[in-house]
Amino acid sequence: MNPYVPVLIMLFLAAATAAGMIAATTWIGPKKKFADKMEPFECGESPIVNPKQRFSVKFYLVALFFVIFDIETVFVYPWAVLFRELNWFGFVEMMIFIFILAVGLIYVWRRGALEWD
Amino acid sequence: MMEAAATSGAYWLRLIIGLVIVLIFSQLNALFLVWLERKVAGHIQVRLGPMEVGPHGLLQTIVDGIKLVGKELITPARADRILFVIAPVLVFTPVLVAFLVLPFGPDLIIRDMNVGLLLIFAFSTFSVLAILVGGWASNNKYALLGAIRSVAQAVAYEIPLLLSVMSVVLMVNSFRFSELVMAQQRVWFVFLQPVAALIYFICATAETNRAPFDIPEAESELVAGFHTEYSGMRFGLFFLAEYTNMFIVCAVATSLFFGGWHGPFGFSFKIPGVVWFLAKTYVLLYVLMWFRWTFPRVRFDQLMNFSWKVLIPLSMLNLVITALVLKLI
Repeated sequence: MNPYVPVLIMLFLAAATAAGMIAATTWIGPKKKFADKMEPFECGESPIVNPKQRFSVKFYLVALFFVIFDIETVFVYPWAVLFRELNWFGFVEMMIFIFILAVGLIYVWRRGALEWD
Repeated sequence: MMEAAATSGAYWLRLIIGLVIVLIFSQLNALFLVWLERKVAGHIQVRLGPMEVGPHGLLQTIVDGIKLVGKELITPARADRILFVIAPVLVFTPVLVAFLVLPFGPDLIIRDMNVGLLLIFAFSTFSVLAILVGGWASNNKYALLGAIRSVAQAVAYEIPLLLSVMSVVLMVNSFRFSELVMAQQRVWFVFLQPVAALIYFICATAETNRAPFDIPEAESELVAGFHTEYSGMRFGLFFLAEYTNMFIVCAVATSLFFGGWHGPFGFSFKIPGVVWFLAKTYVLLYVLMWFRWTFPRVRFDQLMNFSWKVLIPLSMLNLVITALVLKLI
């Protein structure tokens, strides 16, 4: 049997619990609708602009760096498990890999991509 | 033998009972933690905290929960209806999967999977996605700002978190929780890997959006952050997920660095393993709450710089040194 079946059952149970709680509050809770209440919260004022406008490009940069460094950790994971079997060969290979990434981090840092101002 | 057991009814019965028990445990635990948080907050500020409902206010959070169920579920007119409705379910569901592999005791693991640690990290990342979905769908500027900040923060702190855990995996060569804990029978890894333990705990604080890293829901500037528009039990689900997440990161810290179900230095004092495990986890949870009422909130640029310029280089260095020492001895 597939060992991940319990994960699926757990996901189903948890989703059912969450849905049950929401169903209960939908059933019990009051339902009074009027136009002003359905407006987005804005400290008592009606919102004038749509919130979905452009936001700082810094956030995209951070997301890109994350992809690069997350790949690193993805490669480190199997290496960490097979550390003994791979011996000196695997050790040297991984050190070269981490060195290249460290150079990348230093480059990004020196170019000022990590500054927030 | 496994195949025969796998197909029998007793196997399924045991599995389902285990799952239901952790489901109930996680909910009671979240309620208890909310109460504890308020008590700790009260006592640190020289107040008593909740006192009225039950002995020392112990039933306060249950009453609060019932109140939340009785509240109206408001879906703002401009919200993305479908995403807005599924976000709370999405944040609550993956959190509970971690309980499947947490090692509560030598024979109290529901499934001791060979990818245990990886499974927990894979599913705990889901909550960030759910927060982004919720904040985006609200169509509210506070919610959107909170969600964007939350993603940037989670993304930045994910890397040192995974790297610091890696240096422990290097020593054990396994993701299986039983093997990770058994390796600490004599010496806890916190003594062998103090830097990794420190980095892990800082990142765990940030990943759970706890103060001093709680800028995604900084109430003094963003009202309530990503859950500004959520009411009733939808808000309650975000809350439950957050406190369950706190328990999980502390339980993982206990089993990776503080010996899991083992007592200190191989002495168990005839106390069962599950008591050791829970005691250590709740001490770490207390430390998380202690942080909240001790440190002021950091600014966003400080937060990002601390991860990219301090924690990531430090955790890479720690990994390299660990590998080198393991090769040389």
